[in-house]
Amino acid sequence: MLQKSPRQNCYMLGSIFFFFAHTRQKGKVTSMKAFLILEDKTVFTGVSIGAETEVISEIVFNTSMTGYLEILTDPSYAGQAVVMTYPLIGNYGITPDMESQKPWPAGYIVRELSRMPSNFRCQGKIQDFLKEHGIPGIAGIDTRALTKKLREKGTMNGMITTNEHFDMEEIIPRISTYTTGDVVSKVTCSRKYVLPGKGKKVALMDFGAKDHIAASLHQRGCEVTVYPAGTQAEEILAERPDGIMLSNGPGDPKECAGIIKEIKKLYQSQVPIFAICLGHQLMALATGADTYKMKYGHRGGNHPVKDLKTGRVYISSQNHGYVVDDKKLDPSVARPAFVNVNDGTNEGLEYVGKQIYTVQFHPEACPGPLDSSFLFDRFIAMMGGNQ
Amino acid sequence: MPKNPEIKKVLVIGSGPIVIGQAAEFDYAGTQACRSLKEEGVEVVLVNSNPATIMTDRDIADKVYIEPLTVKVLEQIILKEQPDSVLPTLGGQAGLNLGMELSESGFLKKHGVKLIGTTAETIFKAEDRQAFKDTMEKIKEPCAPSLVVHNVLDGIAFTNTIGYPVVLRPAYTLGGSGGGIAHNETELVDILTNGLRLSRVGEVLVERCIAGWKEIEYEVMRDAAGNCITVCNMENMDPVGVHTGDSIVVAPSQTLGDKEYQMLRSSALNIISELNITGGCNVQYALNPDSFEYCVIEVNPRVSRSSALASKATGYPIAKVAAKIALGYTLDEIKNAVTGKTYASFEPMLDYCVVKIPRLPFDKFLTAKRTLTTQMKATGEVMSICTNFEGALMKAIRSLEQHVDSLVTDEYLSCSYEELVKKLTVVDDRRIFVIAEAVRRGLAYETIHNITRIDLWFIDKIAILVEMEKRLRSQPLTPELLKEAKRIEFPDQVIARLTGKSLDAVKEMRYENGIVAAFKMVDTCAAEFEASTPYYYSVYGGENEAEAKHDRKKVLVLGSGPIRIGQGIEFDYCSVHCTWAFSREGYETIIVNNNPETVSTDFDIADKLYFEPLTPEDVQNIVDLEKPDGAVVQFGGQTAIKLTESLRQMGVPILGTRAEDVDAAEDRELFDQILEETNIPRAAGGTVYTAAEAKQVANTLGYPVLVRPSYVLGGQGMQIAYSDEEIEEFMEIINRIAQDHPILIDKYLQGKEIEVDAVCDGTDILIPGIMEHIERTGIHSGDSISVYPAFTISENVRDTIVEYTRRLARALHVVGLINIQFIAMGEEVYVIEVNPRSSRTVPYISKVTGIPIVDLAAKVIMGNTLKEMGYSTGLAPVSEYIAVKMPVFSFEKLRGAEISLGPEMKSTGECLGIAKTFHEALYKAFLGAGVHLPRHKQMIITVKDADKPEAAQIAKRFEALGYKIYATRSTAKYLQSQGVTARRVNKISQESPNVLDLILGHKIDLVIDTPTQGRDKSRDGFLIRRNAIETGVHCLTAMDTANALVTSLESVNDEFTLVDIAQVRNL
Repeated sequence: MLQKSPRQNCYMLGSIFFFFAHTRQKGKVTSMKAFLILEDKTVFTGVSIGAETEVISEIVFNTSMTGYLEILTDPSYAGQAVVMTYPLIGNYGITPDMESQKPWPAGYIVRELSRMPSNFRCQGKIQDFLKEHGIPGIAGIDTRALTKKLREKGTMNGMITTNEHFDMEEIIPRISTYTTGDVVSKVTCSRKYVLPGKGKKVALMDFGAKDHIAASLHQRGCEVTVYPAGTQAEEILAERPDGIMLSNGPGDPKECAGIIKEIKKLYQSQVPIFAICLGHQLMALATGADTYKMKYGHRGGNHPVKDLKTGRVYISSQNHGYVVDDKKLDPSVARPAFVNVNDGTNEGLEYVGKQIYTVQFHPEACPGPLDSSFLFDRFIAMMGGNQ
Repeated sequence: MPKNPEIKKVLVIGSGPIVIGQAAEFDYAGTQACRSLKEEGVEVVLVNSNPATIMTDRDIADKVYIEPLTVKVLEQIILKEQPDSVLPTLGGQAGLNLGMELSESGFLKKHGVKLIGTTAETIFKAEDRQAFKDTMEKIKEPCAPSLVVHNVLDGIAFTNTIGYPVVLRPAYTLGGSGGGIAHNETELVDILTNGLRLSRVGEVLVERCIAGWKEIEYEVMRDAAGNCITVCNMENMDPVGVHTGDSIVVAPSQTLGDKEYQMLRSSALNIISELNITGGCNVQYALNPDSFEYCVIEVNPRVSRSSALASKATGYPIAKVAAKIALGYTLDEIKNAVTGKTYASFEPMLDYCVVKIPRLPFDKFLTAKRTLTTQMKATGEVMSICTNFEGALMKAIRSLEQHVDSLVTDEYLSCSYEELVKKLTVVDDRRIFVIAEAVRRGLAYETIHNITRIDLWFIDKIAILVEMEKRLRSQPLTPELLKEAKRIEFPDQVIARLTGKSLDAVKEMRYENGIVAAFKMVDTCAAEFEASTPYYYSVYGGENEAEAKHDRKKVLVLGSGPIRIGQGIEFDYCSVHCTWAFSREGYETIIVNNNPETVSTDFDIADKLYFEPLTPEDVQNIVDLEKPDGAVVQFGGQTAIKLTESLRQMGVPILGTRAEDVDAAEDRELFDQILEETNIPRAAGGTVYTAAEAKQVANTLGYPVLVRPSYVLGGQGMQIAYSDEEIEEFMEIINRIAQDHPILIDKYLQGKEIEVDAVCDGTDILIPGIMEHIERTGIHSGDSISVYPAFTISENVRDTIVEYTRRLARALHVVGLINIQFIAMGEEVYVIEVNPRSSRTVPYISKVTGIPIVDLAAKVIMGNTLKEMGYSTGLAPVSEYIAVKMPVFSFEKLRGAEISLGPEMKSTGECLGIAKTFHEALYKAFLGAGVHLPRHKQMIITVKDADKPEAAQIAKRFEALGYKIYATRSTAKYLQSQGVTARRVNKISQESPNVLDLILGHKIDLVIDTPTQGRDKSRDGFLIRRNAIETGVHCLTAMDTANALVTSLESVNDEFTLVDIAQVRNL
């Protein structure tokens, strides 16, 4: 019975196979050497993948075993090169599971890229996807050794290059002075747009939002209006939204002084607010709390967060290098709502006397566990919805 | 939630004898759980009939009962010990069923005992087919269309509505016993009839066949507060249709995108929550490779083989955490033992790839069907870890110890294209080699995929290995090529073979270019947190993380690899105890092993664990790094012994008995010399290489003769030959695999078989006890019922045995353990074989005598003498208990396997009966092995002429017990002549009703069928035996076993005397 069922992707996979057969016939697939140089002068030698350009960025690692595509297309990685700790990447190729229109990391670092992706939705290979978008990468290096280094020394800057004759003395100062700077303005949408819906009206501030934040609300019937990060609070409030959603995004929250100013105004309004990741940090900064840079951040799909009200622990998807300093919270403004079970850092805040709820982790998942998606329902309930 | 203070004393139910589908993984789980409970100050009472386990050690639990696992026995133990709780989720299906029965009968409630770790309701919802279906429907988790049927007609009717093929799954059976896929009505009737009979409740699920879908498993944990996590997911390379225990499995899943991964993960959490499981649970899925459609195949609400695999694959100790949850802890209160910083409420992240390959027993059962189905057939498995799939696969292949070291094989060279395509359709243990050959021949991936339904990703990985073969064959070996070959774990010897270079040349090139293995840590968190687990795997191309310390003496303990018939869990018991003994004496201990089911591969047993294949090259990588002061090989079975010579070449001293002396025991001529010097008789014999030589020796000795290869365990390939034709046949089978060592031909002597294990310090010996086999010689010692103390031999024979043991131990300069098998014929004693190493009987004899044999042997190896340790020498005083070790077989799992017993071992496990009287011990042993008689009080006897007089005696005794006796023509005639009312039945070839109809009529308790001389080739005998086994009828093939059984039935007693093994002391 199954033998007869048509494989929807057989043409596509067939063509990939032919591609390989072809390149194999021609002989060895040519591979160019690439180098990853860290600011502490460590050099990893591997093979170039993607674009053969040179890039300097922050180097961070992600421990997710699936979801490389969602990670690649998450705007929060702008200005960073991502190391995948799972060694076999690209096994199911490029599928429609994108969190934005393009890949954002400055570079991509893997142990091994699959030469033959296989999945019924596969539309191509990571190798080509990176090339197409001009993103350089390096494969074939000991990603575990690199991860350990980042864990021990903290997040570092580095350079990916195919230039064998790099001059260490020349490049190290360039590498170590690199900062991601104000990246939010580079990743936010250029103009406002609307996902029509019949339910609650949500204003989503896009600081580099993953598509699934809007999608999670839209799936719940909301009409989602997405605003560029630079939008004035007044403009948003004038539309009389039922709720405001502050999205995730890249970089140091303290670089977003302008946005923080607007969020202060949103805080003053009586509109219910739900915030994720960078949005959560910005709300904290807007209300007098502080953030600091973590040694190497949380990036992966296995972080346990505890709901302090119920004691329940949820496994969450995470991607952040900065965190709200819960020691400097003013308890009359905000109280911790979630805590990370591993290291005790803050994972969420509840604002006193306000309809404001913010989390550091990603209830929209993609990639990662869907355990905390109920938080969107909670937001809808906050807006007076009946879900 | 902190620990529940009401739980003070817990009865833990073990899983009983090792059978296919329920093996060492439960010793691992049970041991870990007991230690975890004791750590919390809980008093642990353990019951398990399997004496070869570590969990039945007095160090593991406070009270240890090696008693039959029946409801009655458990009730008696509960009444005696008064535990407040029973933990049934660690003893596999056997433990779960018992827990369920104790609860259902109201016994637990009546005595105020709680089930912990699960509830009867949970077990019911997960295990009862209809209840499970209803539950899944309620929470909208899809199952394949199915119906629970109680008779064949309903099965046919339902199948007609959903269409063939259908999968049949009997309720409450192990390892899918009695299940299968039916493609037509004939097959349906056949499998369904059998399945209905095997199911405890006479229920079989008939289900839409989703064969060919991806098979994915999730290991999930949940605490009483409702927190859930997944420990690991796994993907079967073999699509749905092959039991996961027989599949090549990879962790984590490789071909699932995050969408598919999270969809199934959410489903698994949904299920564990609805079933209200507190502890571990395994959920199996079928995933349509062309859509997001999936079906839940099965849920195991307990720890399982898969959970043992997941624990080893991730470093997350599932059983330990499950035990803590049973006590009331929540996941966020339990520390992650690996990092010591994080908690159990997180999900392990792997930065490597794990491959598991099953160890199938077809080398033991040549007639058995090799096809893999939904009924598990594997006896054990190996696991390997690497940063790439190809490498992990290569490592796993060579870990199997099945004479293959890669995918390279000449076996299919002569196959035509059509033949190869045909072979691809056969789902058996050789399929991966056929796929490799197909790739070699240039078959398109799509063609292979369309036939096998194996995902293209895996086929491409096999192709990468095949391409490397080709490159090594055709290109000059450059350092770059060598580096790439090593990255995907081509062993040096394969590289040498393919490049035409010498092994030394390859090795040299490797070392010259710095191409050496590095070791990486398994840390549960992909290096995100600092971890201190000493659990390592090797990889080429990377930074080494394993640091060798030299602050104290260091010993390398070599494990015993995958569990197979002949080399079972006993050797893991020995390896673990050896490690503990060295550790107590201040040594740094290092274990090398590749079996994910065992206690020895738990990361907190030794100071360091290397999860690696046990080949000379892989061991050398560890030796190069660790530079141990010595290695111990005498506890890891033949696997470890085989490494002796290589270790010596690496310059690692062998601790204990020297390698030369091990050789002397195996080498026929050297051994004969020793026997001559020590004046010990043995059966006459000779060594041969060819069939011609063998026939010559056999004719000189006179038939029957024993034919066997040297350097094997479990009597592999051993046969009794009665004629030249049989010699030819056996020699051909043995020589199918290239033999490095000669084949031994001995005169076959029939007498009492006696076995001893002894510890020798080079001067003195200590014999904890002498064991006597119930079956006469000719049946492998592992398949014989063994009784301690020897009960029918004279004092003179006993003294002779002690004296011979002393002489042999001294002559072989044994330091450590020695195992000797003797034949006693009247007052004469002959030696059969000597093994200067640990044996299968060591755990059992340690437990019944209270003498910690492995511990003593290890101390002797470290230089202590028996006298220094306060032990008297010679034969230890007899214990106050009699112990009967009963072999347990898994014949019903292996369609077509010959069940008659002979010199080649066939049992998969054993159980123990221990009591103050021989009769009670014997009865307990039979009961423990699952012989619950009498039931219908009808039996069939069909024996060869030589056995008829004995058969008549036995028949009379069964008759006296009320048995109605049926017999085939000549047996019936003889029995009648001896005054037995035997009813004659027709042979199979004759008209109905014949003997087969009688067996299939389900009213027979027992068949006694002794095969005619040599290998019984008559279809009749074979068919009778197979049918008996497949319909659940006990079948005995030796008169001595039958005699023992009737003896035990004559003394049936409802009340048992319970023996707490922890109280048996001999000093």
